[in-house]
Amino acid sequence: MTSRVVSGETDKSVMQRYMTLPQSSDAVMVEYFWIDGTGEGVRSKGRTLSTEPKKPEDCPVWNFDGSSTYQSEGTNSDMYLVPVALFRDPFRLGNNKLVLCEVLKYNKVPAETNNRHTCVKVMEKIKSTKPWFGIEQEYSLMDGDGYPLGWPKNGYPGPQGPYYCGVGSNKVFGRDIVEAHYRACLYAGVKICGCNAEVMPAQWEFQVGPCEGIEMGDHLWAARYLLHRVAEDFGVVITLDPKPISGNWNGAGAHTNYSTEAMRKPGGLAIMEEAITKLSKKHDEHIRAYDPNQGADNSRRLTGRHETSSIKDFSAGVANRGASIRIPRQVAEDGYGYLEDRRPSSNCDPYSVTEIIIRTTLLDE
Amino acid sequence: MTHGNDTGNKQLMEKYLGLAQPDDGIMCEYIWIDGTGEGIRSKCRTVYEEPKKPTDCPIWNFDGSSTYQAEGSNSDMYLYPCAIFSDPFRGGKNKLVLCEVFKYNKKPAETNRRKSCNEVMERAKATVPWFGIEQEYTLLDYDGHPFGWPKNGFPGPQGPYYCGVGANKVYGRDIVEAHYRACLYAGVQIAGCNAEVMPAQWEFQVGPCEGIKMGDHLWIARYILHRVAEDFGIVVTLDPKPMEGDWNGAGAHCNYSTEAMRNDGGVKEIEKAIEKLSKHHVRHIKAYDPREGKDNERRLTGHHETSSIHDFSAGVANRGSSIRIPRQVAEDGKGYLEDRRPSSNCDPYAVTEVLVRTTVLDE
Repeated sequence: MTSRVVSGETDKSVMQRYMTLPQSSDAVMVEYFWIDGTGEGVRSKGRTLSTEPKKPEDCPVWNFDGSSTYQSEGTNSDMYLVPVALFRDPFRLGNNKLVLCEVLKYNKVPAETNNRHTCVKVMEKIKSTKPWFGIEQEYSLMDGDGYPLGWPKNGYPGPQGPYYCGVGSNKVFGRDIVEAHYRACLYAGVKICGCNAEVMPAQWEFQVGPCEGIEMGDHLWAARYLLHRVAEDFGVVITLDPKPISGNWNGAGAHTNYSTEAMRKPGGLAIMEEAITKLSKKHDEHIRAYDPNQGADNSRRLTGRHETSSIKDFSAGVANRGASIRIPRQVAEDGYGYLEDRRPSSNCDPYSVTEIIIRTTLLDE
Repeated sequence: MTHGNDTGNKQLMEKYLGLAQPDDGIMCEYIWIDGTGEGIRSKCRTVYEEPKKPTDCPIWNFDGSSTYQAEGSNSDMYLYPCAIFSDPFRGGKNKLVLCEVFKYNKKPAETNRRKSCNEVMERAKATVPWFGIEQEYTLLDYDGHPFGWPKNGFPGPQGPYYCGVGANKVYGRDIVEAHYRACLYAGVQIAGCNAEVMPAQWEFQVGPCEGIKMGDHLWIARYILHRVAEDFGIVVTLDPKPMEGDWNGAGAHCNYSTEAMRNDGGVKEIEKAIEKLSKHHVRHIKAYDPREGKDNERRLTGHHETSSIHDFSAGVANRGSSIRIPRQVAEDGKGYLEDRRPSSNCDPYAVTEVLVRTTVLDE
């Protein structure tokens, strides 16, 4: 019989007593969270504010030690946290908040992994086109020893087939985390719009959207922060690695659904086809933007098998899950809607992804 | 010791399930039958208003190449909501939505047996057909051995277990109890349950349901069963003969009547129906499991309270025949008949459809 590996397990019922202590209204806890120097790691720290913030600007600009997050040298380590998006805190409840921050260097220039800074400018420029996004975030649950949750130790489960959208304790592993995460997102105000078990056992997916412009990146990063925190509560580890297990096991992506107002109106299919033509000419640039390591991560995943397109070629097709861009069948029938870019890696930065899609399809850059 | 996928601490879940949910953030779990004809799949979406009827839920789609239903190059398949139930796992206004599956060209998927069943029930609705299905199933531990059985071994022979009580007689009652309450909450027409002849085997009954509702309610009851067992870390199998040898198999005895059978003198109608059924034994056997009889072959041996798969028979109070007329029905002169042939993993749409075709539509 397999057994769990949980590091540093503590008794959650002891927490209850403390979490229910009354909190005075002039002592609000705000957790600042940001993206670290890896471009995929998330960090956070908390502070007390004396009034409840209602918008990000109500939270003061803060700072942190960038030499401890792969973001600066020890001799000149202070970096700035600029609050940009506010959410309710599903862990601390009450008036407490989570606030997503942009990172600036000591000289007020955006940090290397602060991809939001340029994204927000691009979104502002083209806002009259009303670009909507929806990202399908895939991820895998790992036990404390780094092996997928529920997999037999020193072995493998039966081959893929029965697990996608499955039900039953021999079909899906870790549903509690998925359920808890969904409710936490709804409470926090994150635009979570669905979830399902994925093809590889212990792999799951949730979708965030439809979000307009910069909101896509903000809400996806918040959802990721919540996912890591919820899993932490359960003693399970989340990996956003795009190919956690090599061999005949699916990888993980962040398929990005995209449309402009023109694409969503009757006749929009023609606009979509123009966009696809533009995308076909910038395949390499997009691949470089679709994971934090310029395509090195995605090269383990985009093989042309396991419902992926090959990293080397660009392709598009209706209802074709082996293509770079898939046009959903309903969209082809209606003649308008949205397209799905299946290339982004699960560990992509959604700011980089949404920005380059806009640059290519709307700004012709 | 917790086993491999147990994230333990269900109390922790309570914290998250207790989070306030916005009125415009309702979770709908779309449920469908996959390409095997017996597997169930589901996925969730947020809707922005509480749905009151199936048509309030949008038509959706899924990747049929991952459920044995389509090729990767043309994989989109449609989900058409056809029945909604309250969600006993998420509570609140959240819903379970049973769906029919359609292919990319809007034709019903191969394992979408509901579409033709619904058409038949519509045609026969003046006869007011009622059904009740006795769903048998077996609980398996994580290693695939029946739950509660000694590892690498067997319990004492059958005899003391049926409707038993006691920790050495029945295994897994918690799952059965939890399932019953979840079904009642969801709005499923669950009518009863009992421990069965083989230890770790149980049965619940759904009905009486009129027409298409039988299939709808049974499939949701099955989904709830798998989900409840998942919560406990136990596996449910609907295999009709999970243990070879002197151990009972599992069926889905289907009780059936029309209004005429239920009225005074109805036993004559029952006998007419049985006469018609006797002429279509092979066609029915093909409809009574997802493999056209191959699964049932292992179960319908003529032993262990089954009839032989090769022959059709009927009798009052006879559990060794294909059709049993309950003794009370024989005494009252009216009531219903019990078709004991369907396998535990049958598709109730296929079963109820062929019963109505044979006995009412004369097809």
